[in-house]
Amino acid sequence: MTSARDDILGRLRQRRPRDDAMRDATGEEIRRAIAHPERGPRPADAEDLVARFVERARAMTSSTDVCPDTGQVPARCAAWLRAMRLPLAVVVAPALADLDWRGAALSVRIGAAGRDDAVGVTPCFRAIAETGTLMLCSGPATPAVNSLLPQTHIAIVRSEHIVADMEAAWQAARAELTAWPRAVNFVSGPSRTADIEQTIVLGAHGPYRVHVLVVGT
Amino acid sequence: MEIRSMHFVDRVRERLDDPELQRNLKRTRGRNAAARAASLGGLDDFDAVRARATEIRASVLRDLDLWLERFEREATARGATVLWAHDGDEACRLIIDIARRHDVRSVVKSKSMVSEEAGLNAALEAAGIRPVETDLGEYILQINDNEPPSHIIMPVIHKSREQVTELFARVHGTEPKTDIEALTREARERLRPAFLGADMGLSGGNFLVAETGSVAIVTNEGNGRLCTTMPRVHVALTGIEKVIPTLDDLATLLRILPRSATGQAISNYVSLLTGTKHDGDADGPAHMYFVLVDGGRADLVGSDFEPMLRCIRCGACMNHCPVYQTVGGHAYGWVYTGPMGSVLTPLFQGIGNARDLPQAATLCNQCGVVCPVSIPLPDLMRKLREKQVERGMRPWTERLAMRAWAWAAARPWAYSACARAAVRYLCWLAGGRASIPVMGLAPGWTSQRDFPAPAARTFRDMYARQRRGRAS
Repeated sequence: MTSARDDILGRLRQRRPRDDAMRDATGEEIRRAIAHPERGPRPADAEDLVARFVERARAMTSSTDVCPDTGQVPARCAAWLRAMRLPLAVVVAPALADLDWRGAALSVRIGAAGRDDAVGVTPCFRAIAETGTLMLCSGPATPAVNSLLPQTHIAIVRSEHIVADMEAAWQAARAELTAWPRAVNFVSGPSRTADIEQTIVLGAHGPYRVHVLVVGT
Repeated sequence: MEIRSMHFVDRVRERLDDPELQRNLKRTRGRNAAARAASLGGLDDFDAVRARATEIRASVLRDLDLWLERFEREATARGATVLWAHDGDEACRLIIDIARRHDVRSVVKSKSMVSEEAGLNAALEAAGIRPVETDLGEYILQINDNEPPSHIIMPVIHKSREQVTELFARVHGTEPKTDIEALTREARERLRPAFLGADMGLSGGNFLVAETGSVAIVTNEGNGRLCTTMPRVHVALTGIEKVIPTLDDLATLLRILPRSATGQAISNYVSLLTGTKHDGDADGPAHMYFVLVDGGRADLVGSDFEPMLRCIRCGACMNHCPVYQTVGGHAYGWVYTGPMGSVLTPLFQGIGNARDLPQAATLCNQCGVVCPVSIPLPDLMRKLREKQVERGMRPWTERLAMRAWAWAAARPWAYSACARAAVRYLCWLAGGRASIPVMGLAPGWTSQRDFPAPAARTFRDMYARQRRGRAS
């Protein structure tokens, strides 16, 4: 008895007969297609990527704020949490451990979010201006749960990391990441559902709110 | 899922006579179509993106065996295990084996239409493993005695909030909540412990990316992320046709999938999942499996129906279909509904088991126009009709009528005699009025509308008379 794999692949081959030369040529085409990915048609780039990103992120119901340099990030986060009357206790991704969170009068835990954490803070590998989307890569210093389990997610986006579109974000990932992450999560605003009567409700299973702090503007 | 498509006509009749369903369908009718249309402006050139998306899907299908091998190699190199299944039953067996191997007691599921094809929930329960649907719509259906979905994107589009209120109060034993936000919150609170306690997460796959050996999952609720992040084991169950070449192709398809489905520029969450958790990772599954199901797909490659395999399951065809919008999804009697279901169901489940589905279309081509991967759905339905004729599957009355028509159409004298008789009969029915209120031999035709009365003389008669006049 042949395995399901060999049987399925065998039948596909039967339906598309090729001789050895053709098979080699197609294999070569596939290698080339992957080595030199072709980009599809994309909307025209915005002149000001940061402005476009902020506009689109708000359209996806993220809130946004800007901050001139990294040193002020904890204070800006604390101010926003206070204004929103949210808990002043945050779980921060290890990648952002060096910032002075306690100096901003925040109760802080560095690590991966658990079931009881109210506010998760993450960095962001790239952000996409076209759709106002965060690109989060999982890793030891950037656990995926911090943008998933807490009711509030704060993302710290460096302005130079805002790129035009998803193609540019993939290009950066291919060039910079030494190990391909287990999870690349694109997040565009808070979790939502419209399953009941097509009425949109925020906070289905993930965060109720996503706050994006753009640093370096 | 057991097929009931052979009872289409009866099921349609029941649904047309169901005032509650008709009210529910009417409430949301046209909304997705309008949202889609409004969202296309965000793309500078929709037609160009659509053409590219079509070519991406078509190019993979041309060499599906080689793309699958490439995908398998990349996925395996990154720590995943790729398994193959001839059909749904085999997929269920493989998943139960995986569950036993890893001592799995409960499974959280994000949406997978292939799992509906396979009847996975029933199989898991029979094996003593508890499946929990986590998409809000799918969850509502599961606790309503495993009701089937009526739409591939919005599974409970046929239900009203009052029905959900009653269901939640009955099943959860809570105070009835009429507010949609409160109902959503209640489901969230019920499901959170399931996510945190489950041993296995089962997802579908919107795309399999050959470049990185990954599965891409698109959700709005975040349940797809929870299912693939929290449990120890992740199984992605999907069809063999879902491969795309590169991450750039994923970017192109993501411009067109959410817009076609719900009119969003992008879904809230798009996750690209590759292999198992790395050393030092705080989260993510330690075991990752792909179960790739044939289920009738391989036989479509190289056939007239190959374009159907391009389908990215957006639901735009049903959102624009006058028949679907009137009868709802359950009438179709299997997993897939609307125009794409009318093509897929007979192909996957046997032409004889779904004879009415390809006929349940006016061939108005709205579906063909909106399909983001240019599937010529009306042509495919017409081809299925041809197959029914070739195999002698049409009723004897229809065959007889067609034969009589063919006989008359080949003999001008017979054709004109019949036409003259028909005109005389219709004029008699009209009795001098401009329209016929009740069609004598076919009263069903005039149950909703009048039939216009014909001119007193046939075109052929008038033409002949005019020529005679000119000659004299």
